Amino acid sequence: MQSRRQTLQRSAAVAGLLASAGFPQFAHAAFNKNAFEAKAIQDAVKAAGGASLIESKDVTLTAPDIAENGAVVPMGISTALTGVKHLLLLVEKNPLALVAIFQSNESLENNFLTRAKMGQTSDVYAVAIMADGKALWAKKEVKVTLGGCGG
Amino acid sequence: MADPMRIRAQAAGDKTTVRVLMSHEMETGQRKDAAGKTVPAWHIQEVTATHNGKSVLSAEWGTAVSKNPFMQFVIKGAKVGDKIAVTWKDNKGDTRTDEATVT
Repeated sequence: MQSRRQTLQRSAAVAGLLASAGFPQFAHAAFNKNAFEAKAIQDAVKAAGGASLIESKDVTLTAPDIAENGAVVPMGISTALTGVKHLLLLVEKNPLALVAIFQSNESLENNFLTRAKMGQTSDVYAVAIMADGKALWAKKEVKVTLGGCGG
Repeated sequence: MADPMRIRAQAAGDKTTVRVLMSHEMETGQRKDAAGKTVPAWHIQEVTATHNGKSVLSAEWGTAVSKNPFMQFVIKGAKVGDKIAVTWKDNKGDTRTDEATVT
């Protein structure tokens, strides 16, 4: 398993070329281990294929102001932009920042919702990685109240 | 071994909202057990969905997704009676597929 992953990582550039040449299944063939093991937002976005981080009003992050239970925090990402490749959800102060990557697909709306765990009050980021490598982000602070002692 | 997913797909106009509730422990790999040993990570890594057999959704998840994960996505152009199948695969190689009909 390990050696297979390493091989896949080494051939990531090749796979990328193949993907852009019309074999999209190659792009999703492997779990993006690098991105999910990244501790910082920037590293995770970079590993997922985003080059330059730009704040954008066109990306919408849905998350509560206050989460009573850090184990179940609903969060969603949506955008009306076209040319989106991946949509990412990240929590800045989690031990591993990246929560989820959704691949954009022409038969889907760019609108995904899930629930995530948060260790503590933190900024939550929604990042849309565009086909040209731009990473457009929006953020929101979510307060996590533990044991009802207030945020 | 894993329990079935609960999937609801509701059509409204030309959009179909699919809500999925999976049953999975989603262990983060950060927690320690009573003996002080780290509990190894056990989480869903890949989620895919098909609409009438055609692949529509592909997602990768980290350890931070909640236990018994919930997911919602919107399919364009699905009709009542269409089949939506959702598959997940975790880092131990377990996998499960469940199917629902658009209502």
